[in-house]
Amino acid sequence: MKVPFKGAIDCDLHPAMPSASALLPYLDDYWRDQLVNRHIDKYSFVLTSYPPNSPLSARPDWRQASGAPAGDLDAIRRQALDPFASRVAICNVLHGALALFNEDMAAALCSAVNDWTAKELLDREPRLRASILVPAHNPDLAVREIERVAPDRRFVQVLLFAMGEMLLGRRLYWPIYEAAALHGLAIGIHAGSTYHHAPTASGWPAHRVEDYIAQSTAFESQLLSFLTEGVFHKFPALKLVLIESGVTWLPTLLWRTSKTWRGVRPEVPWIDRPPAEILREHVRLTLQPLDLPKHDPQALARTLEHIGSDRMLLFSTDYPHWHFDGEDVLPDGLSDEAVHKLLIDNPLETFPRLRDGVAKGDNKGDNTRTNQEAVR
Amino acid sequence: MTQQKTREVVAKASDIEPGTSTVVTVKGRDIGIFNIEGEYYALANRCPHAGGPLCQGRIVALVQSDGPGNYRLARHQEFLRCPWHGWEFDIRTGQSWCDPNSTRARQFAVTVEPGAQLVKGPYVAETFPVSLEEDYLVIDLAG
Amino acid sequence: MNVPLRHAPASAGLAIVDCDIHPAYRSPKDLYPFLPARWQEHMTTFGEHLRQGLSGQLAWPRMMAAGMRVDSFPEQGPPGSDLALMRSQHLDANGVEYGMLMQLSRGGMEERNLEFAAALSRAVNDWQLATFVEPEPRLRAGIVVPQEDAAFAVTEIERRAADPRFAQILISPRSSDPLGHRRYWPIYEAAQRCSRPIALHVQGFSGGHASTASGWPTYYMQEHYAATTGMQNTLTSLVFEGVFERFPDLKVVLIEGGFAWAPALCWRMDKHWERMRKEVPHLRRPPSEYVRAQCWFTTQPIEEPETPAHLADVIGWLGWDRLMFSTDYPHWDFDHPQHVFKFQLTEAQKAKVFRDNAKALYGLQ
Repeated sequence: MKVPFKGAIDCDLHPAMPSASALLPYLDDYWRDQLVNRHIDKYSFVLTSYPPNSPLSARPDWRQASGAPAGDLDAIRRQALDPFASRVAICNVLHGALALFNEDMAAALCSAVNDWTAKELLDREPRLRASILVPAHNPDLAVREIERVAPDRRFVQVLLFAMGEMLLGRRLYWPIYEAAALHGLAIGIHAGSTYHHAPTASGWPAHRVEDYIAQSTAFESQLLSFLTEGVFHKFPALKLVLIESGVTWLPTLLWRTSKTWRGVRPEVPWIDRPPAEILREHVRLTLQPLDLPKHDPQALARTLEHIGSDRMLLFSTDYPHWHFDGEDVLPDGLSDEAVHKLLIDNPLETFPRLRDGVAKGDNKGDNTRTNQEAVR
Repeated sequence: MTQQKTREVVAKASDIEPGTSTVVTVKGRDIGIFNIEGEYYALANRCPHAGGPLCQGRIVALVQSDGPGNYRLARHQEFLRCPWHGWEFDIRTGQSWCDPNSTRARQFAVTVEPGAQLVKGPYVAETFPVSLEEDYLVIDLAG
Repeated sequence: MNVPLRHAPASAGLAIVDCDIHPAYRSPKDLYPFLPARWQEHMTTFGEHLRQGLSGQLAWPRMMAAGMRVDSFPEQGPPGSDLALMRSQHLDANGVEYGMLMQLSRGGMEERNLEFAAALSRAVNDWQLATFVEPEPRLRAGIVVPQEDAAFAVTEIERRAADPRFAQILISPRSSDPLGHRRYWPIYEAAQRCSRPIALHVQGFSGGHASTASGWPTYYMQEHYAATTGMQNTLTSLVFEGVFERFPDLKVVLIEGGFAWAPALCWRMDKHWERMRKEVPHLRRPPSEYVRAQCWFTTQPIEEPETPAHLADVIGWLGWDRLMFSTDYPHWDFDHPQHVFKFQLTEAQKAKVFRDNAKALYGLQ
């Protein structure tokens, strides 16, 4: 089904990342020196998770004759924004700096990518917003970057990877969530891996398609980590967005965690109401990919009923990743009300910064707001 | 008259120390009698979740928390953890802690007769025809 | 107001097959009569060599009673070690016509010393017969083998193949490589040859990796859940490496790993397989078709949605013929056959789940 009206908010768009040489102007002299003299600027920082020629990485009709898919702003406008009449799209620039072990280098490159994003994307296309790339494996450096970029309110989210060093709910990551909460930023976990661990509990699958499928289990583990560690208790205003996670696995997790909680509550006594309630309040998932069976038109409606909330799904194209054909970005069978929530209401509720001046689209500025209620 | 019929002598009060319990069988039903600081409460020995022997579970305090990493105990010896899945029940009300609105162990009112012990020697239960239904037999131990 | 257990006792009147019962050693030395002297001494001096920090103890302590039902402790020995209590409390009480034994401990699946693992495997298989199956004909053993030593595993499978008291072959889904890896294929070949299902029971011991893709959980609440994500990964590997394609008569049972996730995983596997087919040309059918044809799932610990009928949707998607009842006796998260389903099943559905699917799979009369 096509998007039936204008004004959608696309919560997952992937402009091609800048080349290392394009990032040089955004680095300080030490890092410029290192990248050039060590020939690091010859590398493309492509993530293993998204091999450039893989069918998942780009739809054939979204590939260009030359250059990376989504590497050209005009192509993004023509292929990702205009066909869906999106009012706003949130860019998630997935850069391989996140997989580097050197925390300082990762931090420097993340900063450069964020500055490049602001100048080359956000300044040139008022419909675009972005996530802040941070080196999560050093929470102090990650917080520093959040503080540095947060005054630019076109950045609406902090981006983390589904498979990283440690489960993201752990307390040592909490300074990141505190900074995000104070600045009204959502926390976005995106599919992908730094591969610092095997992607499954029994090791390394042979095929890329298996690694991709395994992403949904990584999201389950991350969700459970946020829940059990009490991140939502500590940061009651926080919204956690699962990006390119899949959706249809969610009901089983809601059911299972609520059941187990009843028997293990004294271990995690800060969980003071059923996990399903907490998760429905705090967690959002982007639409693509929507893993549904081909020949059961009831499956979506049943799944949405099982999820038990119409506030959790956020519209996304996941451009240029290949999850749908033509302009049939929406599944069939959604009511008008459900479509409106998906396209507009839920994203607005999830990203506080989208609520300021979205109609005007002029969100550069340094009127940083702190939210004293954001942290318990 | 109906009330008289449903009063069953189940145990000597002194047999159940504060903070302890015992399970008695009344007309084919197992019922746990609990002593919380000299007050008595009775619960059916059948967890409403999956039928486990609820009253064989541990008598525990309620674990509470102000937030992650903070733990404290309150309401000592007022809660019961089902020996199967560990669900917590408020002994006084039979209320399941994790789901107060939907799951509650069946409870019965218990009174202690003042003065001399209630019975001497073996406990004799009145016999009544027992009809076993799928749901609980409703037995009032009302004083 | 009280909420009585309103639903009809699901299994009342049925003789059931319990696809997951855990026997136990009264003491570790129970294995000694079945171990050569050299390995008895090794066990005493060096003990098991596992991939965990604590010895004889779990790093995520359970919530009560070592993870057991509090009422399942016999006079002596741990829960599951006393056949008389198992009979009275479970087999007789719950109308168990057949019970599938799952001895996960000290059978070599998780043992790092592969020579020792082989000795343990032989011993535990002898122990199951002598201690439980010979005295109790309702029970069936599993051929416990160390999957990391496929060559030995095949010899042990072949040694037991002619004995119908072994119903299936137990390996750990928390293996050192994903179970679809071709180094495990000799085991599947042997299983197919001797017409025994492969039983993948959730395992608490690591095969060398953290239980999630981002490292280790903090709380038992998470570790309990990790069994289901691990099982999903394992199933994905078996499908995509082509184990089901290569061994079309192989049957796999996923035990205690949940089942409600399976329809969504099948949809996900199918969707992305379509896109990525060139990477896996050896798959001639959509992933979900392999699962539908060659996989079974046990029920415990069953999901309990707020609206019980939602679980009926999921089982409908999975297929009522895929599901087999299990209790996990004597563990704490045990499912009771009369209370396991909170919605009404038809007679045909009850017969399948509680008895007929298992009887057909295991060739029981």
